[in-house]
Amino acid sequence: MAEIPILKIGDCLLVSIQVDMHDRLAMALQDDLTERIVADRARGVMIDISALEIVDSFIGRMLNNIAAMSRVLDAVTVVVGMRPAVAITLVELGLGLTGVRTALNVDKGLALIRRIIDNPESDDAHRNG
Amino acid sequence: MTEHRNVLALLIDKHLQRLTAEWVAGQKREGGTSEPRREAETRELARRFLEELRRGAQSSQLDNSEAPEWQPMRDLLEDLSRDRVLQGFSPSETAMFVFSVKEPLFALLREEVRDDADTLATETWRMSRLIDRLGLFTIEAYTKTREQVIARQQQELLELSTPVVELWDGILTLPLIGTLDSSRTQIVMESLLERIVTSGAEIAIIDITGVPTVDTLVAQHLIKTISAARLMGADCILSGIRPQIAQTIVHLGLELNVVSKATMADALALALRRTGKVITERKSPALPAE
Repeated sequence: MAEIPILKIGDCLLVSIQVDMHDRLAMALQDDLTERIVADRARGVMIDISALEIVDSFIGRMLNNIAAMSRVLDAVTVVVGMRPAVAITLVELGLGLTGVRTALNVDKGLALIRRIIDNPESDDAHRNG
Repeated sequence: MTEHRNVLALLIDKHLQRLTAEWVAGQKREGGTSEPRREAETRELARRFLEELRRGAQSSQLDNSEAPEWQPMRDLLEDLSRDRVLQGFSPSETAMFVFSVKEPLFALLREEVRDDADTLATETWRMSRLIDRLGLFTIEAYTKTREQVIARQQQELLELSTPVVELWDGILTLPLIGTLDSSRTQIVMESLLERIVTSGAEIAIIDITGVPTVDTLVAQHLIKTISAARLMGADCILSGIRPQIAQTIVHLGLELNVVSKATMADALALALRRTGKVITERKSPALPAE
């Protein structure tokens, strides 16, 4: 079974999903990721889905779950690299991924995580204007 | 058979002047215009129509208005319909032009073949059928022209109303004009997301000054656009909300879940602040260029 690599960049973890996800793989990823967050004391998790042409409700739920798990472990999750067509499909499906932060690419995702870690209080203020 | 066929042609040949005069007078009576310019136009059209009718009748294709012999007639009727669409005539007014030829034509026919009831009946039937077909063709041409006009306007509207403008480095703005329906939302969303990818913008200002009303459906479309942009990593600011619309939104109980500002200027100020830029006043303002 293919394994999804988890790369460490400073105190962030980068997960790049490039294969079709299925139940077992998703479970394995959640296992690995939570363990790595604890082991590496990671403060941020970036999930790159720029290679995915189809994101269905299953992957949507998985992303939400990962974000929730990271939050419990005090790490912020950012989903990066979503394609326009995927975004439109998700919105049409009614999946806004409201629990997850997003960024255009890895670069901006990293900057966003930095910003959130550096001033945790202003995060919510920032979102609400 | 030959004589039957040519009764119409002979009739027109013999009484062209009278037929035209009576026809035009009849149209005027039916509520046509009394403007001299229009009348001359109608007379000219009537003359051309009768000429084509005669030419068509001389061919052997009286029962088949689809035949190539009738092509000039069809062209004439198409031109007529197009003109009348542009001048704002109603469909019945347009078709009445053709149908009203029956009255003077049948009157003449009755005079000519008074003694032959059989011919009178057959010819009336054939002419009536022919003119009905031509009339229907006119209506079809009229509708087709109208549809073309509508389709063109729709296309223009779509192209006009969905620009995505880069207001500042990393700040896009989407000035929406007109009501948002699903097909427009789709186009707006696609062009916005494409621009987010190409420009790497992090903030999109959606300005709804030009949206006449916001009901639940429009709000739904706005929410979709905003969430799609968010999924791409761009935050949206809603601006240009008129007092009336603010009231409607509250009365309908709509939850937009987005930062909103009354004016585009406020939205831009907020966007600049978020991207870490400040606007300051110069001590001595620059002179305007001569």
